[in-house]
Formats: sequence, structure tokens, C-alpha cells
Amino acid sequence: MRTEFRLSGSGGQGLLLAGIVLAEAAILEDKNAVQTQSYGPEARGGASKAEVVISGEDIDYPKATDPDYLLALTQESYRSFGPLMGKGTIIVDSSVALSDDIKARTVSVPILQAAADDIGKKVVANIVALGVLAGVSGIVGHKTLEEAVKKRVPKGTEDLNLKALAKGFELASAAT
Amino acid sequence: MTQAKLMQGNEACTLGALAAGLDFYAGYPITPSTEIAELCAEELPKVGGKFIQMEDEIGSIAAIIGASLTGRKAMTATSGPGFSLMQENIGYAGIAEVPVVIIDVQRVGPSTGQPTSPAQGDVMQARWGTHGDHPVVVLAPGNVKECFELTVKAFNIAEEYRLPVVVLTDEVIGHMREKVVLPELSELKVSNRVQPQAPGGYKPYEADLDGGVPPMARFGQGYRYHVTGLFHDETGFPSNKGDVTDRFLRRLQRKVEKAEPAIRDYFTESTDDCDTLVVAFGSSAMSSLSAVRQARAAGIKAGLFRPKTIWPFPEEALRELAMRVKRIIVPEMNLGQLALEIERVSGCKAPVTRVSKVNGELFKPEEILAAIRGDAK
Repeated sequence: MRTEFRLSGSGGQGLLLAGIVLAEAAILEDKNAVQTQSYGPEARGGASKAEVVISGEDIDYPKATDPDYLLALTQESYRSFGPLMGKGTIIVDSSVALSDDIKARTVSVPILQAAADDIGKKVVANIVALGVLAGVSGIVGHKTLEEAVKKRVPKGTEDLNLKALAKGFELASAAT
Repeated sequence: MTQAKLMQGNEACTLGALAAGLDFYAGYPITPSTEIAELCAEELPKVGGKFIQMEDEIGSIAAIIGASLTGRKAMTATSGPGFSLMQENIGYAGIAEVPVVIIDVQRVGPSTGQPTSPAQGDVMQARWGTHGDHPVVVLAPGNVKECFELTVKAFNIAEEYRLPVVVLTDEVIGHMREKVVLPELSELKVSNRVQPQAPGGYKPYEADLDGGVPPMARFGQGYRYHVTGLFHDETGFPSNKGDVTDRFLRRLQRKVEKAEPAIRDYFTESTDDCDTLVVAFGSSAMSSLSAVRQARAAGIKAGLFRPKTIWPFPEEALRELAMRVKRIIVPEMNLGQLALEIERVSGCKAPVTRVSKVNGELFKPEEILAAIRGDAK
């Protein structure tokens, strides 16, 4: 079965890294995974999007067509990609104002706030978000993700990021 | 077998180059090819190779030609604007018979275009971008694993036939990451140029006129010889003689013609009994494969032909299919370039429908499925 994720927000929020870690965790669980991205010419700021397709079978088309999960960390990304959601679930940061025009099932989670206040580092919001995404979707296990996170984050920040990941799983179980 | 790994297309190209013996990279970073330069900068010093960031792309290709003449396996990577700047010296590498590999990760053009978005508009430029009749080989990976395999193959062809070889990818293939299991290095075929036995009497451009490849001496190893972009005789010195020019150019052309059976490569799926044949390369072929599978699931007899070598094009295989299908559909992210070659090869035995997309986005499978169903806009 093919499961599609779209991670969207602002350039510099680390969503590409979150997408890579999600794909690597899926591979650790012997699934197939493809990660793609699209971004503007800016190094920071601007709309940024990473997509991950996970499947037990061969993946021919690498992009998301009708995502099962949309993560939107900014108002702009919620407005851009929310209306395209059909069958899937939207996970938005709680700072985003919800719109009645966007009909897909939506879960609002304080991702940015948890990173800043509970973990104490705004930059780990991407890993908190990853925990939320994995928790809500159940696509990969917590232990596998921990392993994948440790491989990708800068040396010396492992504990911080694992805390952020655990916080994400916690927020997911509170939200669903 | 090595361990499964999530790998990016640009990374796989770089690892393929290193596996083939790359030990000199000169380049000027440009999106969406930059990861190749970054990884070469990191990896080459570890294996005693050299990485140089040049002042521009003209300098980059000049540097790899020079490095190759000294015996290095040399590569550069770029995208449209840089590829344009390299064209003059690609002709030089062709006429001087210098093995080099150029990776062109296509983005939307012309000019600065759209740096971060995919396109496939360099198909004809890759073949005819430099002036005059000239030998060149262009390989087009269709997934991340092929980025590795075809970069290895590019080096082997460059070394065996002494010519520039282009690996033509695009932003989607270059930046996407997928699960890849690379072959063991010991299983890889790696070719090296033939070198002369002794300096005495060495004629650098003496070869069988029927597509022969002259042995190539390393500069600085006791061989004194001349390299020029002018037409030259066997000694390497310029010649204005008509017969020399004619023989030389025909030998260059014949080199690739003779190598074609070994070079040509393609992938097919569901072509045995298909009525509708989709012909696509690179990332367009990923959307096409999905569309063909969806069509089959709906009972439509569709198949995919994906050339892995664009120049030379796998003519015979496609011609044979064109004789027995009812229609051919060519989706490409340009306004119709590969389609010209397919129309030529198929000889209009089956009608060819072009499906173009030039908005900087990869085809959605349903767009190609609509063309297969015949209800395209």
C-alpha cells in the first residue's frame, strides 16, 4: 500500500531533513521510500515542501498525488496545500488559523510552541513535527525513528532531538 | 550486495564517478547540480584526487580537459546556463579526443530560467550544442540507481572511445532520494584508456580509419605531442589538407557508429502486446510508468519504452516496436525534442502524439493516462 506525506512550511524550518529521516526510517523497516522536494530560489524563507512516499511495493511515481497526510507549519503552506487535500489528514501548527473552506480532517497541534517552550530550542520543531506525523500516521515505530534521527542530526544534538521526537509522539497521542 | 540506503540522484552520480575512478573534478556550482560538486569536494581529497572550484563553467570544462590529458579521470557537473558555456570546449574535447564526463542536471530554460524547477529542454543541446559534426554520447538515467550505473558507464565509454560523454538528468532525478542497493565495487566493469607502449615514434592520432581509437599518452610521461582544436593529422599538428580533414572527421563519426551496439540501452515494460506505446526518458518516464500501469489495470494495452541512451538513440528496438503498435505517445518536459527523433525512427509507421509540459513541474501520471486514453485536452 502506498502512503503519501507532504511536509510544508517555510524554507529553513528543516522539513526536508524531517522528510529524509522519515524515508530512512521506512527503509530501516524494509519498506520502499522515495523523498522529493520543491523549493524556491531563497536559502531561507519562501515556501518549502518535501514529500515522502512509502510503500511495501515498487514506487514508480515519486511525488505525492493525493497525500494521506499533510503537515503545514505556516499559514501560507496551510492555505496553499490544504485545499488540495482529499482523503487525507491535515496536521497544522496551532499558530495557524483554520479555514472553513478547507474540508479535510484537520488536527491542530502546538508543534512550534512545544519546540520553543518544552524543549527550549525552536530549531527542533522539525523533529517534533516528525514525531507528530509518525504518531498520527503510525507509519513507522518510535524506536526506528529514533535510530534514523540519530543518524542524521548533528553530533552532540542527539539527546535534544530524541527529546523533541518523544515530545512529538506525546502531542500526537494527545491530539488523536 | 551492499546495504539498502536512501540516496539522492546527484549523490549516486558522484558515487558512480568515484567508483569509475574519478580523480579530478573542476566545476562551478549551479542549482540543481550543486550536490555533485559538494560531495566531490568532500570525497576526492580522501582518495588523493583533486577538486577545484573554477571561476566559471568555461574554465571548468577547460580544466577537466587538461586534467584528462595528463591521465586523470575528469568530470564536471552543471545545469543549463553552465552547459551552454561549456559547448565550445565540448567540441574541443571531441576533436582532440579527450575523455571527459559532463553531468547536466536540467532545469527550466532558456537562460537563467527557473533554477529550482525541472525540465528536459537540453535534449538537442546535448547532441548538437557545439558546432560542426562531432562525436558525443548522451546517457539518461531514469532513477537514482541508474544515476550510479550510467555515470560508471559514461566514464567507461569516454575512456574506451576517447570522447566527451554527457549524463543528462534533471532536477527531479538529481534531487530525489530513493532506496538503493548499489552493486559491489568488485562487480563493476571499469575501463581505462589504452596507452602507448613507448615514446619512440608515438603518433598521437594514428588509428584505423574505420573508427579506430588511438592510444592516449599521458602528458608529462615522456611523450611530446601536440593537441589542437584545429583539424590535424596523425602527428597532432594542424593540417589544411582536404583529404586529412575528411578522413579525420569520418573516423570520429565512425568511432561512435561502431560502438553503438555496446552503448545503446533501454528499458521496457509491458511492450509485448501493447497497442499504445509511451516513449519517455528521465523523470517523465517515472510518471509514464505509473500511467502505463494504471492503464493496464484498466484493461488498456499500453507499454513503456524508456531510452537510457538518448544519443545514440536505440533505433532498432524502437523501430521494431513502432511497426506493430497503433500509436506512440511522447511525454517530455519540453516543447517536443525527443519526439523529433522518435518520429524519425518510427518512420511514421504509427502516429506520434507529443505531450509537452513546460511549467516547471513533473508530469502527473493522470496527464499521461489521459493521453493514453485519447482524451487529452
